[in-house]
Parts: sequence; C-alpha cells; structure tokens
Amino acid sequence: MAESATQETPPPGFTGMISDWSSDQTTFKGAGWGKPMMWLFILSDIFIFGIFLLGYMSARLATPDPWPDAAEVFALTMFGVQIPLLLIAIMTFILISSSGTMALAVKYGYERNRKVCGRLILATAVLGAIFVGMQAFEWTILIMDGVRPWANPWGSAQFGATFFLITGFHGTHVTIGVIALLYMYRKVMRGDLDDGRPGAITGRKGRWEMVEILGLYWHFVDLVWVFIFAFFYLW
Amino acid sequence: MAELGHDATSHAPPREMPEMELPHSHSWWTTYVFSQDAKTIAIQYSVTAISVGVFAMFLSIMIRLQLGFPNTFSLIDPSSYLQYVTMHGMIMVVYLLTALFLGGFGNYFIPLMIGARDMAFPYLNMLSFWFYFLSVIVLMASFFVPGGPTGAGWTLYPPQLISEGTPGIHGGVILMMISLGIFIIGFTMGGLNYIVTILQYRTRGMTLMRMPLTIWGIFLATMLALLAFPALLVAALMVLLDHLAGTSFFMPTMFSMGEQLPHEGGSPLLFQHLFWFFGHPEVYIVALPAFGVVSDILATHARRNIFGYRMMVWALVAIGGLSFVVWAHHMFVSGMNPYFGFLFATTTLIIAVPTAIKVYNWVLTLWHGNIRLDLPMLFAIGFIFTFINGGMTGLFLGNVTVDVPLADTYFVVGHFHMVMALAPVMTIYAAIYHWYPKITGRMLNEAMGKIHFWVTFIGAYAIFLPMHYLGLAGVPRRYYAFGETSPFIGESVVSLNAFITVAAVLVAAAQLLFIYNLIRSRKHGKEAGPNPWNATTLEWQTEHTPPTHGNFGKELPVVYRWPYDYSVPGAKYDFIPQNVPPEEVEMVDEGAVRR
Repeated sequence: MAESATQETPPPGFTGMISDWSSDQTTFKGAGWGKPMMWLFILSDIFIFGIFLLGYMSARLATPDPWPDAAEVFALTMFGVQIPLLLIAIMTFILISSSGTMALAVKYGYERNRKVCGRLILATAVLGAIFVGMQAFEWTILIMDGVRPWANPWGSAQFGATFFLITGFHGTHVTIGVIALLYMYRKVMRGDLDDGRPGAITGRKGRWEMVEILGLYWHFVDLVWVFIFAFFYLW
Repeated sequence: MAELGHDATSHAPPREMPEMELPHSHSWWTTYVFSQDAKTIAIQYSVTAISVGVFAMFLSIMIRLQLGFPNTFSLIDPSSYLQYVTMHGMIMVVYLLTALFLGGFGNYFIPLMIGARDMAFPYLNMLSFWFYFLSVIVLMASFFVPGGPTGAGWTLYPPQLISEGTPGIHGGVILMMISLGIFIIGFTMGGLNYIVTILQYRTRGMTLMRMPLTIWGIFLATMLALLAFPALLVAALMVLLDHLAGTSFFMPTMFSMGEQLPHEGGSPLLFQHLFWFFGHPEVYIVALPAFGVVSDILATHARRNIFGYRMMVWALVAIGGLSFVVWAHHMFVSGMNPYFGFLFATTTLIIAVPTAIKVYNWVLTLWHGNIRLDLPMLFAIGFIFTFINGGMTGLFLGNVTVDVPLADTYFVVGHFHMVMALAPVMTIYAAIYHWYPKITGRMLNEAMGKIHFWVTFIGAYAIFLPMHYLGLAGVPRRYYAFGETSPFIGESVVSLNAFITVAAVLVAAAQLLFIYNLIRSRKHGKEAGPNPWNATTLEWQTEHTPPTHGNFGKELPVVYRWPYDYSVPGAKYDFIPQNVPPEEVEMVDEGAVRR
C-alpha cells in the first residue's frame, strides 16, 4: 500500500481502480475535492430529473384524455408555413453549441490562457442566456395559445402541468448556470484563478480546476435537455 | 485488507494533499453561531434535532392519552389527533433521526474518525445546518397558521392530503412541503460534504477497509439519502403545484361535498410510488448509521474485534443497494399488479440475508468477549433485541398474503416502532453515553443512566409488544377512538390500550431524566480523561478532550491498523489504538510471541 502511494504511474484499467479504492488518503487520485463533489451532485440531480421524467411518463400513460400532438403544439409559423419543432430545434442547437464553447474554455483554462478562456466562458453564458430567452418566448407562445398548468385547448390537462414544471426546472438550472458562468468570467478575467484569490462567499482559493467543475455542471444541464427534448418533443 | 492491520509498513506514506487552511473564527458569532467547525455544527444539529424530538415525544403522549383514555381530555379532538399523528411521524423520521444520525453524528465523527482536520467544505457545512434550522422553523410555524399542521398521516397521501375535510389543508400542507424542500436542499449540501470528506480527506494509512463501521454506516446512508431524497423533493413540488396552481399530478377526478373538484386525471398511486421510493431507503438512512455505531460500541465494550469486519461492510453495501428495489412492499394493499407484489416480496425477503449476517456477527462479537456492561453496552444490546424483534415481524409483513390482513392494523405500528423507532433510538442513546465523555470531557451519571435504560427498555416492550396482539386482533391504526366494545373491539383492546398509555407516560418521563442527565453532567459529571473506554479509534487519541478546532493539534495521526485491535494476543494492553506503529506496541514478552 505504501508502494502504491509513491508509485509514479498507477496501474492501468481495472487493477488501477482497485488499487485506488483500496489505497489510503484519497480515492480519486489528483481530483481534489470540488470535482468529486460536482459528480456526486450530478448523480443526485440525475435522480431528480429521472424522477421528473418518470412522473411525466406515468402521468401521460395514466390520463384518460388524449395527449396533445407535439408536432402541432410546438410548430412555429414562418412566412406563412407551419414548420414543426423549428424553435425547439434552434434552441437545442444553441444549447449544444454552448457545450462546445464550454469544453474549449476548459481546454484554454488548463493552458493558462486567461483571455481566450474568459471569452469562451462569456460566450457560453451568452448562448445559455439566449436559450433561456427563447424558452421564455416559447412559454409565451404556449400561454397565448391557451396552455395553462391546469388545462389546455387540445387535451389532457397534465400536458401543461408536466411541460411547465419540467422545462421550468431545467430552465432554472440553465439560469443558475448562466449566473455562475458570468461570475466565473469575472474571476478568470481578474486573474483570481492564477493568484489563488479567495472567493467572496466561501473564501476558497481560486484554482483553474474551478472552470472544469463548472463545465461539468454545464454539460450535465445540456445532457438533461437532450432527454427532455426526446421525451417532450419527439414522443 | 485484514492483513494490513497486522503487517503494516513501518514508515508512513507521503501526504497526498496539502494541509488545508481552516476558516478561523474571530468573534463570538463565528465561534458559536455561524461556526464552520464541524464539531460545533454537529452539536447545533444534535441540540436542534433532540429538541424537536422531545416535542414529537410529547405529541406521541397526546396520541396515547387519547387512545388509552378516550373522551377524557378535551384538548384532543379528532382533527388535532390526526395532526399529532402526522407531525409525530414526520418529525421523528426526518427531523430527528435523519438529522441526528447524519448531521449530528456524521459531522462530529467523520473528520475525527478518518483523521481529518475538518469537513472538506466547512462553509457548505454551516449552510447545511442553517437550512435544516430554517426547515424546522417552517415546520413549527405550521402549528400557528389557521387550521394548524396537516393531518393527512406522515405518508401524506393525496388526494386526502389536499382535499376538504382533512385538517390543515390550507396553511399546514404548504408549510410542510416547503419545510421538506428546505430540509432536502440543506441535507444535500451536508451529504455531498460527508461523502467527499470520506473519499478524499482520509489521513495517511487510513484505507476504506480500515474505517470504523460507524463511518461506513454514515457513508452508505448518506449515499442512499442523496439518491432517495430527490423523489421526495419532486413529490413535494408536485403536491405544492396541485394545491396552489391547480395542476392534477396526483389528484384524480373526484367529487367532494356534492361538487366536482377542479382536478382531473391525476394519479394518486404515482405519489405513493414517489413517496416510498424515498420512504424505504429512508428506513435504511436511519438504520445503516445505527448498525455502524452499534458495531463499534459492541466491539469496544466487549473488548473483542468485530466478527467478520469485511462481511459487515459488504452487508451494509448490500442492504443499501437492496433498499432501492423494495419500496412497493408498502403498497401491497394500494392496488398493484399482483406480479409486482410477488417481485417486491421477493426482494424484501432477500434483505433478510445481509441483515441476518449482521445480527449473527454482532452476537458472535459478544461470544467469549470480556463484556463490560457499561451504559453504552446496555443500550447496544437493547438495540440487538429490538432490532431482531422488529426484523422478525418484518418478515411477516413482507409476504403479500400475510400483509394484506395485517396492513393498516396496529401490527404495523408495533413492527415499525420496534425496528425503525426503538432500534435507532437505542443506538442514539448508546452513542451519546459512549461519546459524551469525548464531546464534553465528562461522564454521564451512571445511576441515572441505569434507570433510564431499564425503564426505556422494559417500557418500550410494554408499549410495542401488546400492539402486535392488537394488530392480530384486527384493531385498525390511525383511528381516533374505537367506540363501545363489540365483537370486533373486545374488552382486552380497551384495557391494553390503557396499559400501553401508562407505559408510554413512564417511558417519556425516563427520557426527561436523560435530558436532565445530559445538562447536569455537562458541569457536574465525573472527569472522563481522554479515553475512558480504552477504545482504539482515532477520535479517542486526540491531543485535547474535547478536541479543539483542527481536531489533532500539530500533526495529523498516521494509521497503522484496523480499528478493532482489542485483546490482541501477546499485547500488554487489551487495546492497540489505530495510530500506534507496529514497533511501538508493548508486548507481554517480546521473544515469546510473534505478531
């Protein structure tokens, strides 16, 4: 055990995993504290969204009224033509793109390229904000069409309830992410992560790992959207 | 890893993580109120939890007074009776047991037992407590809103939860749901902290398989909580929307008082699935830390290594995993596909296997042990008794055909109070008597403790054993009164209910004696010294008692062995602390014994 702790390169694959878990001090070697915490939080949040989606499926199967047709409900009329899922396709494209900029930000962060990293984080935040804005636009259209949490013109009342609840919960996640990204942008540009300047609230020192941890959250929120997209708009 | 305990390397491995800077407190406020020291937070958690626990105990006395002597007390009417039942259950399960085991014991013992300076995220830890405190305040506020707290039963089943006629449907339900939401957010902060601390902040030489079972229990219970509480959070959110926004997640189309309610098409069964997907792991969120604590206390006070340490760990893991696939055994009478009943009965009965492993190992730890009947040991043995009793009746209720006639009778009340109330509460007492000397530096009064134990132990049996009989006699639970005696409600039911109530009042009085003992011994108890029980684990090896900020003084301890080196053959003393290197162990005769 003392040997494994001093070893330069850990043994590969499954053997390495076993030696990590049976070692002392840290289980995830070199991962610090923040990253395992974010993974755990994501695991817990997966259960929240998983249960939301299961509840949605269960409500959809249990309701006696017909379920509204997604292709019609979510259609957008452009130039006199009804294009199904147009808005949602653009929204999804934007959110997935923001994952790309976030991944690049993490890369440049580890290269200590403060300026590029900061701008990419800002770009991610802007894309996220556009997504939330378009979601607000979509909600507005639906509400003007008469969709309410307790009723809608096309069928089962559970449609509005589950739709607003789940997309609203996801939108809240994106909004929190955007705020965190803007805060991180400021930290990166001011050089907090290079200097190890303590944070305003918790007093933890700035580290470049923080960009990656925030990135984990952002990618998770994007991944959740893929499932919401599949279950609400394609089913 | 058992051999690690005995063939440890003589030199310590290098430190992997740099020493953390502790957030130092500068004023009275940051030392005692907004403290970021895990030990202070633990005490804040424990005091809050025990206070609400005492309050919930008085609620249970109100319930018992009504059942034992119906129509005697004008204070209790049918509505307030249901409210007492609901709040008693909810407070005891969530706000006392979960908070005390994980927030209280977890915060105190995780850093000390794994050799850490503090939790990995002290600020988050502080926030976690204040969220918990806020949730308690919101919950208590429901007693002061018009209509009072909700009276839908602690399982909060819709549709009656938010239908006219159930007490407390206006303010009570809303405050209950908000309080649960705040509790879950606060708990998630704490829970992330406990797991990361255990995985990433152990001292040198502390492998996972050298952790005391207490830490294993808390670790796995926290894991369960992080995965199970989301179901309750989602359910609470949906109930709130059903109540406030007029949605119909759980509310079916129904008529009430001659008019159709605005809801339509919801599924009440969905709520039961969500609730019990949280509710069953919740049983083990409470039980797993209790298992761990009892294992450590039995080993220490029987001066014997825990029997089958690795099996104990894997049994904990197995119970934790299985607890996620048994939830629908609470719903055998709710209306399910019979094949589901069969599936869930099978998984439920499989849990008996790892549980039996644990019980056998506890008993085998005592076997040939040098047992000292100290107060913690008495309560730990009491735990084994009540746990075996409650576990056995669990086998009855896990079978669909037996459960159907017994569900919703006092048999169920007897069962879950044995296994879910008494067993963890016995463990809490064992733990407090065991660790109070470390936390305050003074022993609790022995004579008062003995009275407390015997009244509690015998009294608890006097309360809950007759309930099994009541259940078999068909007495339904949750009823406000049973009316005149009849072929259905016999004479014995009435006299037994009165007997149970008298026993309950006596037991409650003994708990007040315990509280008095806690307060009095703080100043007047016997000086304990650093290690009164001659225990091996790291929390007893600290420089100061009670441990100061940063826990271990200048140098963090290095661990060379597992936590159960009691009565090692050849060693001079009957315990070898975890941080004693092999070459420093004092032997009886160095030449004669090979280690």
